[in-house]
Amino acid sequence: MSDDKPFIHPYIPNSVPAVKEQMLREIGVQTLDELYADIPERLRFRGRMDLPEPMTSEAALKRHVETILSRNRSCAESLSFLGGGCWPHYVPAVCDEINRRSEFLTAYAGEPYEDHGRFQALFEYESLMAELLDLDVVNVPTFDWCQAASTSVRMAGRITKRNEVLVADTAGPDRLRVMQNYCRGVMSLVLVRHDPATGGMDIEDLAAKFTDRTAAVYFENPSYLGFLETQGTQVSGVAHARGGLCVVGVDPTSLGVIAPPSHYGADIVCGDIQPLGVHMNFGGGQAGFIATRDEERFVMEYPSRLFGIAKTAVEGEWGFGDVAYDRTSFGVREKGKEFVGTAAALWGITAGVYLALMGPQGMRELGQHILQKSQYAMKKIARLPGVKVPRFRSPHFKEFVVDFTATGRTVAEVNRALLERRIFGGADLGPDFPGLGSCALFCVTEVHTKDDIDALAAALGEALR
Amino acid sequence: MKPRAFHQAKWDEEVIFELSTTGERGILVPPVEKGIEDEVGDGISGVPEFLRRKVPPALPEISQMRVLKHYLRLSQHTLGADLNVDIGQGTCTVKYNPKIYDVLAASPKSAELHPLQDESTVQGALEIIYRTDLFMREISGLDRFSFQPASGSAAILAMASIIQAWHQTRGEGKTRDEVITTIFSHPSDAAAAAVKGYKVVTIHQTDDGLPDIEALKRAVSERTAGLLITNPEDTGIFNPKIDDITRIVRAAGGLSGYDQANANGILGVTRAREAGFDMCFFNLHKTFGTPHGCGGPACGALGVVRELTNYLPVPVVDFDGEKYVLRRDLKHTIGKVRSFYGVFPAVLKAYAWIMSLGERGLREAANVAVLNNNYILEKVKKIRGASAPFAPGRHRIEQVRYSWEKMTKETGVTTEDVALRMADFGFHLWSSHHPFIVPEPFTIEPTESYSKTEIDEYLAALKQISDEAYRDPAKVKGAPYRSVVHRIDQGWFEDPAKWAITWRAYLKKHGNSG
Repeated sequence: MSDDKPFIHPYIPNSVPAVKEQMLREIGVQTLDELYADIPERLRFRGRMDLPEPMTSEAALKRHVETILSRNRSCAESLSFLGGGCWPHYVPAVCDEINRRSEFLTAYAGEPYEDHGRFQALFEYESLMAELLDLDVVNVPTFDWCQAASTSVRMAGRITKRNEVLVADTAGPDRLRVMQNYCRGVMSLVLVRHDPATGGMDIEDLAAKFTDRTAAVYFENPSYLGFLETQGTQVSGVAHARGGLCVVGVDPTSLGVIAPPSHYGADIVCGDIQPLGVHMNFGGGQAGFIATRDEERFVMEYPSRLFGIAKTAVEGEWGFGDVAYDRTSFGVREKGKEFVGTAAALWGITAGVYLALMGPQGMRELGQHILQKSQYAMKKIARLPGVKVPRFRSPHFKEFVVDFTATGRTVAEVNRALLERRIFGGADLGPDFPGLGSCALFCVTEVHTKDDIDALAAALGEALR
Repeated sequence: MKPRAFHQAKWDEEVIFELSTTGERGILVPPVEKGIEDEVGDGISGVPEFLRRKVPPALPEISQMRVLKHYLRLSQHTLGADLNVDIGQGTCTVKYNPKIYDVLAASPKSAELHPLQDESTVQGALEIIYRTDLFMREISGLDRFSFQPASGSAAILAMASIIQAWHQTRGEGKTRDEVITTIFSHPSDAAAAAVKGYKVVTIHQTDDGLPDIEALKRAVSERTAGLLITNPEDTGIFNPKIDDITRIVRAAGGLSGYDQANANGILGVTRAREAGFDMCFFNLHKTFGTPHGCGGPACGALGVVRELTNYLPVPVVDFDGEKYVLRRDLKHTIGKVRSFYGVFPAVLKAYAWIMSLGERGLREAANVAVLNNNYILEKVKKIRGASAPFAPGRHRIEQVRYSWEKMTKETGVTTEDVALRMADFGFHLWSSHHPFIVPEPFTIEPTESYSKTEIDEYLAALKQISDEAYRDPAKVKGAPYRSVVHRIDQGWFEDPAKWAITWRAYLKKHGNSG
């Protein structure tokens, strides 16, 4: 495109030359370049950015992007058993309807007046999660579970004034990496061994490592490897006896049937809300929650926005606003608690919609459904010769480890054979859990039918033949 | 021109728990097939008694249409950019987010991708990430990008982490314990550095509104780990000595990180490379047209110079000549700052935005954003009681931090009062980040997305409110009148005995009668 023809773009109304000239005149300059007078020549970029010619037609752009995207084969076109931090669940149409509304999609940081709905929807999200978790304080979402876990242990560090955290060595690998980076220079992370038979925490190792420097112990339930930690009360008991806290990461879809961590001594609970009505989005649907009791020493350590309810000048009218804003970095910069900013609010609103649709009965049925389906899948796969499933002798929820070691096959080989049958097999645990042998993490939810599971078992049988 | 006779929707909508009727259902879970029940029973028996939930969560029970209606009403109580002239949330770069991008991101080819799929099945997604990296290199002059940070603040944290790792690999991790920033840089430039254990040194501005370079010279030492700074800062004044600043920091042994969360006025005009930065980041949800979503999901695209590419979070996307691959073997990687690869839909939309505009369009967007901003500057200066502190007579880049100080002194009407009155005209007016160096501040950033007519309408509302303030200040102080709610009692937000962050906390503290 030649530079002398006017460039009028549909996204840039004042690219119309006559309008531009009028505005320049009102400013009192001849050319647009004069407005950049403060940028000295040595800092001016006089080259040309090597970018494509503009694709100003929406039709052409759509076709271009769709062509690239067509090189993907999605979970909708395949049978996927991948989980491990991003899970396939049914997304109710109402969830998409709400989060695609222009009003929510394009709002940002308005006041609790003209953006009253944004504040109310997020207050309700906090409130709905609070019921699920049986705790009185929940934050406006952070980036994901990794960040929620990181902030939870930093909160524990500030509350206890201690700088070491014990972490179950079965914690999600991404969680561990993000926590390690987030704590580096300020807190240290020490791993606690698991019982090789059950996967549960080795309580003796925990007790030996929990000292007066330990701020908290962190574990996940269900664990990253899918088994349920049945010793929650013992773990929190050790922490509390030594003046520390218990931090638990939890899958919210389990909480219709499984006791929330607050019932076995957790002080800070965190996790991800992607499974509550958000599409997987190649890992872009994650959003993290943090929850605690309503005690000042906890509340004042949150870095997040916390939206509260209030009265207004008019009787019977609900207002909303920021609780204890001056603890945040928005209020007091580096003297605030960690930092706050844009994170994943839209997914918080969406998870609220999901929980409102599901209600208590829906969450119970969902949990039960996942228990039944995953138990069925484990039972079916266990019938295959040489395959050990579940690898850990514990109750499981949603995910489980399949051990192929005795078959002599690697997970990569098995998954390649499954892929030929349009099945995405479980995530290979080899890189992150080398001690486990040839193991994969499979995920089964309410989106899988009996036929799907039977098809997986049959395909695995063929792959291993 | 007069502002329109706006009135926001006001549904007097209940809090969702008040809508509950025992037994109603919003959506049903599919029944488990009989064949499965026969094999495994009720499923719950497999969980030890003590680990089962005894009392169901007290979620509301509401039929589907009522849930939908509730949230649609709340949406109408929210003023998204698609509905207003969203130029009053300065620093936030609230521009048009083209609808076609949402259509593309909603495709199952994007929405139904799992991040752990075999690489052969996600070549399209990896290609988008890789190509967007190439675009960002052109725009910044830097050498490689990661899209893993899920916001600007997360990208700042990643920059602080790279600063830390860089000095650690050189044996100076312990001694270099200070990060320098400026008071008009985003609060997270200070706060995220503190998260990494750094002592934060904040440089204030001189009379020209720019950071005090002599103070910077005094601040650097063998303790300096790095610098995190914006330019233009929140004032919209371009700092012509920015390369001196990065040079001073480099000479002291520190790295310089450029907070380009908002680069909307300078695309193609000036770059991180020429200014001597080692790192930079762009907020895709600001400059690159992806939606703000009430505050995320988002992406802070993080770029570094060649010497720092091995420090980026992993994985990064490479192209081996035939296929796109995820690479995790970066020698000094800081590890991860978010799960998986960041917020893919934001990258997809930013890719589409750059494709829509191309080289020329990016420059045009920047130029028109600056044109709009300086047009507004001329007009706001003429509004009684308003002023634009610092740099008199100079042009600004993409935004201006203004002040109502004069009006507050003369009438008692504050920025907050004006902001609430603006709600009556269907507009936002944001004060500014704390601390308020500029008294009674407000920040306007028009971007390229709004027409002159729309901008004039916004200005007309400001003008009318100024007139009201001088004629009848009580009118402004009583606002809003045509928004969703009236002045909110702030007393419940600071007192632990009263605050209620959830409905159950409200019921415990204030009872059903309120």
